[in-house]
Amino acid sequence: MNNVKKIISIVLAAVMLSLTACSNDNPGYAGSDDGPGELNILTWAGYVPDEVVAAFEEETGIKVNYATADDNESMFAKLQAANGGEYDILIVSDYIISAMIEEGGMLKALDKEKISNFDNIDPDMQGQFYDPEDKYTIPYAFACALLVYDTAAIDFEITSYEDLWNPALENSLVLLDGDRDIIGLTLQSLGYSLNETDPVRLEEAKEKMLALKPNVVAFDANSPHNAIISGDAKAGYMFGSQATEAVLAKDTVKFAFPEEGMGLYIDNVVMAANAPNEENAYTFLEYILEGENSAAISNATNYPNCNLAAKDYLSEEYLANEMVNMPASVLAKSESYADLGDARTLYSRIWVEFKSE
Amino acid sequence: MALVLVFLYIPIVLVVVYSFNNSPNSAVWEGLTFKWYGQMLSDGNLKASFYVSVKVALLSAAISSVIGTVGAVSLGSLNKKLRSLITGLAYAPLIVPEVIMGVALLLFLSLSPLSFGVPAMVIAHSTFCIPYVMIMVNIRLSAIDSSIIEAARDLGAGKMKVFTTITLPLIAPGIVTGSLLAVAMSMDDVIISFFLTGPRDTTLPVRIYSMLKLGVTPEVNALCTILLLFTFGIVGIIQLTTISKTRKNRTIRKK
Repeated sequence: MNNVKKIISIVLAAVMLSLTACSNDNPGYAGSDDGPGELNILTWAGYVPDEVVAAFEEETGIKVNYATADDNESMFAKLQAANGGEYDILIVSDYIISAMIEEGGMLKALDKEKISNFDNIDPDMQGQFYDPEDKYTIPYAFACALLVYDTAAIDFEITSYEDLWNPALENSLVLLDGDRDIIGLTLQSLGYSLNETDPVRLEEAKEKMLALKPNVVAFDANSPHNAIISGDAKAGYMFGSQATEAVLAKDTVKFAFPEEGMGLYIDNVVMAANAPNEENAYTFLEYILEGENSAAISNATNYPNCNLAAKDYLSEEYLANEMVNMPASVLAKSESYADLGDARTLYSRIWVEFKSE
Repeated sequence: MALVLVFLYIPIVLVVVYSFNNSPNSAVWEGLTFKWYGQMLSDGNLKASFYVSVKVALLSAAISSVIGTVGAVSLGSLNKKLRSLITGLAYAPLIVPEVIMGVALLLFLSLSPLSFGVPAMVIAHSTFCIPYVMIMVNIRLSAIDSSIIEAARDLGAGKMKVFTTITLPLIAPGIVTGSLLAVAMSMDDVIISFFLTGPRDTTLPVRIYSMLKLGVTPEVNALCTILLLFTFGIVGIIQLTTISKTRKNRTIRKK
């Protein structure tokens, strides 16, 4: 009996102790005078490479807490639930930034006085549709999806979106699994903008998409390159970093920039409206805008760089890889995915109908 | 039956096999390597997330085993109608879809002064772990021969004494199984944790999920292999304790 009592009391004591322990390490370090404190980042795992985080910690003495989420929508939800606080820095995509600004109270207007090296950013990437005056955002990296095909499996070249409709590709395409991506490429193949909102043109695009369906073997947003490498798919439409994997793994795989032009996603660094460690957040922004650090990020993640000062520090692999380091002539033809406003519902309806057909 | 087992286990076996694959892509096999295990061990973020997961799992298992046991035992003193009502309510977290639980807890916590992170997750995980402990303890309780308890009461033992000397030792295996189940359930929860992680503590499943943008390397396979060993270990312990206890009970009854 004593034993039982002892066990219970030990368990209870352990519970109480650990509860108090974890409530102790929780209060924010905001405004603490001792030491440089902390910085809370929220983005995809690995998007700020570990070595860059470590080097930043080393140089500034700031402790980085790197929280992760799997997509833009979940980061929106987390920041909203925290009332624009808890986190300092987020890295998210363009269209969700539009939504965050529209929602209000989520993002902090940046004090450019505190970011001396903002002008390192490529002017082409500044003043985008989601933030025309660059009040809230600092471009971090961008992404374009391109065409990939295995020359061992098909005997013709793929150079345009239109080629994906070739009947010879029956049951052999792997495509990104997103409404904007696939409706967008169909619109572009019809000669329209990928931000088209005219219902008649969208209906036309839907009909054309249905004709593409017999060619599709898989929709995969996360690892479409695997289908190409394993031979399950003969051609595909995927992001540059994924295409790189496919080309590196298999000699016969080639890539092409679609003639019709590409869709452009821009990921940005933003600051939470009620960031608990504002000063540290500015330190971080300055740090990643430095050419050398910005290059280290691009070299490790294989996402295209938009920092002019980074040019001298980019690795040879990065520079030689056209899928990531895209020629200016190709980029000039690309178009940003703008916020669709009310047409959003129409897009998702077309997508659902297309997928369930 | 064999076919069912094959279907169940092939994916799991593949995860383990590909953790030794020399290629960073899971599409091709390029020979044997242990490098992913090394890389996993040196990955500070993964390790930190692992500790968060373990911390949450142990704390919520401890809390839910206490509350679950007390709940199950006290149900016995209620009349039938009330008992089935409360049992139904207590088991509800098992049936309510996790997304709804997650959203509800998110709303609740953003209104309360409690911050997101470990404390929030411990509370959330305890809520869905309590039913597991209650079920396990209930099974043991219903197997107790009530004449033993009546005899003890006849001999002058108080309620507390009966509980500590008779009931508790008899239901102990149920508590152990329940809390081990709770650890396992808490360890692999993604949906509820996803809503409640704070800036300082991301659990392991949530981190793995968010690695998709940059590509999942076999490092994750290696980690899954370790977790599988861990889970099979727990299941093994549960099996062993229940088997040996049932044997003991049988011999007691025979005597």
